[in-house]
Amino acid sequence: MSTSESALRLPSSSVALDLRAAPVLIRGEATGHGEGGPAPKRIVVGFGFWIFLLSDIVMFSAFFASYAVLGDATAGGPTAAQLFDLRNVQIETACLLLSSFCCGIASLAVEQRYQQLTQLALLVTGLLGLAFLALEVQEFAGLIARGAGPSRSAFLSSFFALVGCHGAHITAGLLWLGTMMAQFYAKGFRPDICRRYLCFSLFWHALDIIWVAIFTIVYLIGVRP
Amino acid sequence: MMAVHRSSLVPIVRPSLRAAARTVSLLLLLPCVVLAGCDGAALRPGLLDPAGPVGQAERTILLDSLVIMLGIVVPTILCTLAVAWWYRASNRRAVYAPQWTYSGRLELLVWSIPALVIVFLGGIAWIGSHDLAPTKPLSADRKPLEVQVVALDWKWLFIYPEQHVASLNRLVTPVGTPVHFRLTSASVMNVFFVPELGSEIYAMSGMVTELNLQADRTGAFHGLAAQINGDGFADMTFDTRAVTASEFSEWLATAQADGPTLDDAAYRALLRQSSILRPYTFRNITPNLFEEIISMHLPPGEGPRVTQANADIGSMKEE
Amino acid sequence: MLGKLTWQAIPFDQPIPLYTGAVVGLMLVAVLVWVARKGYVPYLWREWITSVDHKRIGVMYCALALLMLLRGFIDALMMRGQQAFAFHAAGFLPPEHYNQIFSAHGTIMIFFVGMPFVVGLMNYVVPLQLGVRDVAFPTLNSVGFWLTAAGSLLVNVSLVVGEFSRAGWLPYPPLSELRYSPGVGIDYYLWALQISGVGTLIGGINLVTTILKTRAPGMRYRRMPIFCWTALASNLLMVAAFPILTATLAMLLLDRYLGFHFFTNDAGGNAMMFVNLIWAWGHPEVYILILPCFGVFSEVVSTFSGKPLFGYRSMVTATMAICVLSFMVWLHHFFTMGASPEVNGFFGIMSMIIAVPTGVKVFNWLFTMYRGRVRFTVPMLWAIGFMVTFVIGGMTGVLLAIPPADFVLHNSLFLVAHFHNVIIGGVLFGVFAGYNYWFPKAFGFKLDERLGKAAFWCWFIGFYVAFVPLYAVGLMGMTRRLQHYDQPQWHPWLLVAAVGVLLILCGIVLQAAQLIVSIRSRHRRADPTGDPWDGRTLEWATASPPPLFNFAVLPDVTGQEPYWGTKRKAIEAMHLSAEPAYEPLEVPRNSPTGFVTAFFAFFLGFALIWHIWWMVGLALVGAYATFVVFAWRDVTESLMPAQEVARLDRANRTARALALQEMHA
Repeated sequence: MSTSESALRLPSSSVALDLRAAPVLIRGEATGHGEGGPAPKRIVVGFGFWIFLLSDIVMFSAFFASYAVLGDATAGGPTAAQLFDLRNVQIETACLLLSSFCCGIASLAVEQRYQQLTQLALLVTGLLGLAFLALEVQEFAGLIARGAGPSRSAFLSSFFALVGCHGAHITAGLLWLGTMMAQFYAKGFRPDICRRYLCFSLFWHALDIIWVAIFTIVYLIGVRP
Repeated sequence: MMAVHRSSLVPIVRPSLRAAARTVSLLLLLPCVVLAGCDGAALRPGLLDPAGPVGQAERTILLDSLVIMLGIVVPTILCTLAVAWWYRASNRRAVYAPQWTYSGRLELLVWSIPALVIVFLGGIAWIGSHDLAPTKPLSADRKPLEVQVVALDWKWLFIYPEQHVASLNRLVTPVGTPVHFRLTSASVMNVFFVPELGSEIYAMSGMVTELNLQADRTGAFHGLAAQINGDGFADMTFDTRAVTASEFSEWLATAQADGPTLDDAAYRALLRQSSILRPYTFRNITPNLFEEIISMHLPPGEGPRVTQANADIGSMKEE
Repeated sequence: MLGKLTWQAIPFDQPIPLYTGAVVGLMLVAVLVWVARKGYVPYLWREWITSVDHKRIGVMYCALALLMLLRGFIDALMMRGQQAFAFHAAGFLPPEHYNQIFSAHGTIMIFFVGMPFVVGLMNYVVPLQLGVRDVAFPTLNSVGFWLTAAGSLLVNVSLVVGEFSRAGWLPYPPLSELRYSPGVGIDYYLWALQISGVGTLIGGINLVTTILKTRAPGMRYRRMPIFCWTALASNLLMVAAFPILTATLAMLLLDRYLGFHFFTNDAGGNAMMFVNLIWAWGHPEVYILILPCFGVFSEVVSTFSGKPLFGYRSMVTATMAICVLSFMVWLHHFFTMGASPEVNGFFGIMSMIIAVPTGVKVFNWLFTMYRGRVRFTVPMLWAIGFMVTFVIGGMTGVLLAIPPADFVLHNSLFLVAHFHNVIIGGVLFGVFAGYNYWFPKAFGFKLDERLGKAAFWCWFIGFYVAFVPLYAVGLMGMTRRLQHYDQPQWHPWLLVAAVGVLLILCGIVLQAAQLIVSIRSRHRRADPTGDPWDGRTLEWATASPPPLFNFAVLPDVTGQEPYWGTKRKAIEAMHLSAEPAYEPLEVPRNSPTGFVTAFFAFFLGFALIWHIWWMVGLALVGAYATFVVFAWRDVTESLMPAQEVARLDRANRTARALALQEMHA
């Protein structure tokens, strides 16, 4: 199943034949829900990935819910106020926000087909993401060493699971990023690789948004007396 | 383009008649069976012959709602069968109106009748939830009997804190006296249920649930656990005896005079997974035993002992 | 070296699983040897295992479901048998086994029969009804199927290697925590569901995108077939609800593997939270199962009444209302857990409200038959049987939704009878109707009608004989999942129930016979035109089975029931519409990605269950490698030349022209 890309978008579209009957197009593109037939691949892929992101957010919501329920279940152990180092969190946040910014630069570079800038921006994105992860691992290790690991109390279990889930997503994202860098390098700016990169950038920005929710709810609100 | 030839448009008439007759007779049979059982012994004892006010109120709600719902369901089923049979393709007397796909009036009817019934039943649900809330004390001129219930693996411990006795797998209550239960579990989630007295309630570790029940006639009633809790689940039944006031005093006196004491050590022995064959009683209950169980000062149940059998299928944690 | 896995994991001392496992194993080996000898392996690999065609994947989903129905039903036979015998007796199944059997029965029926069957039907039919060539993400579709299959394989392996969960199909903690269930049973359950859950989510994303973004030209929302609307609602629910299941099971896994305290007795764990989370998923799940079946019935009743569906807009509204409301009722699964009367009352009322759109649907089906011309084919029998049975189940559901009534019926056999009433009467009858209805489309020949009708009657009568006694015995205070009991008044009812399940067994045997007989006589019952039932929707515009590309030219949709309109015009004009201009088509390439991913997923699950950490690492690396290899593909589609398209399409056009001539002859 294939549809043509509009002439307004990527110039090096794969040659696919439009097999529809007399189409009605909006800005040159079919919408997929009535007019003109199925939407072009870029829209279909992007939409599908958005639906995935929504499902991922639902999953995070379940972890947020458990954090809300178990927030007071410290079982006589350390509380949020006693444990969290806000400076560390600030640095982590800065790393992640900056890496999102670099990801945005990489998106622009991809659109301009500018290989070197793409690779550089993606590299910096990845390094900042790695820095975030390193700080988080360090924080976790520190907590565990202080006897405040996830098996200490239900509150800590919910903390480690929520923040750890986010960290696991960042890790998967970094693996994906590495693969994207390799693909851009090896195969250039093919439409399907660009579509995949669109998905990656959506993923990376979404993780950023979830981090904002985490540091607000878990860290900022958590350490209030 | 039409692939269905005329011959296949003539369905088999007789089987459909047979089918309809069979279905209708089956359906008419079912409520008869149920109703017959209601009167006859086939459905007793149980929810339909409750021995206390809670169970009676719940039965009333159940049967009233059933009748109301049957008022919609039975006509719907009959209409379905009647319409399907009358408009069978071989019936040339039936009107064929293939363009008839919408009727505003019918839509209104079809949305509003279920909605009205639901409004009515919803009222019953709201009022009933409040009237029969497990925590709502029963109106009576007598002071309620306090019973603390601990669900263990796989037996029930009934503590009478004011009388300083406890009973394993047998609940004895005086007739006509409301019983106020406070329940917890020593291990996994359990559900306390005496069908002839009324409401079930969960019993969960580390917290207390409440229930109020009353027996209005003497007798022995079946009590059980209603939530899967392990291999001994089916054995976790208990005896409920509603007795006269004098019989109750006698039972208390016997329990207070004789029997093992329920101290921490005895309780810890109960924590081990086992089923009890014969009910027995304790005396000299440690004060605040129930509070100690809820607050986890006394530990929760141990779970299965790792035997050779279950060790080999991976029950043991890795060394 | 192999973690916790030792030879003792194989149940040498338990005859039932041992002999069952041996027999099934031998049968499997025999089938594989036969396939290899006959040289079918390249065909199977090329046409089925690596296929990304939604039609093939749909068929495989349904085949998986039918296979697992057999396993789940055998569990049911054993359960009814045990309860028939175990009055004042131990029966033939000790508690350790009986508890595994009912847990496996529920898990398999919901996750590996119900879900794959509806997903399979939706996968097959939705793209055809939407007038397009495939789903939005064909290769991902294949991944989704194979992950589901991997999950089901794990559950079945637990029969012979280790044990299965004993905590019921939803394993409430603390029973499911390590302390009270130290064995591998719960772990088998958890990993099987996590793996197949990913598959379900993939399927959900796929179909939502397909329905919303890839429809044929002119197919506006109000022209979409009702089955596609119900598919949309069901898949939206999948996307919204399954992540909750993933998260909740992950929390339980963290408790069991890493000593977390989400649901434990100590350190502040909250077992009630599990119950809330799992039912927040669990209730939408049953609507995921039933909504597509409502869609099947809408199609079947409309086709076999010779009338368009009555009240299309009402049906769509009702469907989407059910979709939204299904998230607002979850507490009715635990009214007896001590919530306040306001909370109980609220959820009770919401549960009743959701019965309203369902009732509306039943009436609309009734009005579709009214003034129609009803043909009592096998799918229509299932539909009428459903209408009668489901309303009874819905009624008992509304009764259970009244909190004080539930206070005495929670977890009883009345509840068990209710949900089997709606699941068998609704979901199973629906998938059987769909199976009989779309079978000719998928395979080019109809199923035997007589055997189909006999099977229906056995199921229908057997269902009532098996489950009405359970209503009765629930009213007599019997709770569910009892391995033995002492109440004499329960015994006769349970004996009748056992007879009922034997009747259902006859139904299943007849269905198997129907399939075998139909395959053997398939040339006699071939469907030459692709429209065996005088259908109304676009799937009947294609050949049976449809060519790989479904439609040579995407149809231009100008109204509701587009195929019916085209057909009427052709019949009146006495000739087909003009031949389209054939052009080359791009078709997605086959890919082993799905199969290979599932291979690694299975071993990942197995290794995690048995704590074989090196295997876990290898499987993760393998999964990532598969992803990279898939991403590295240069050629994703191949071109089908216009002559090939023309040849395939012309063959069907010739058959249809012939039928048109015969009709006017």
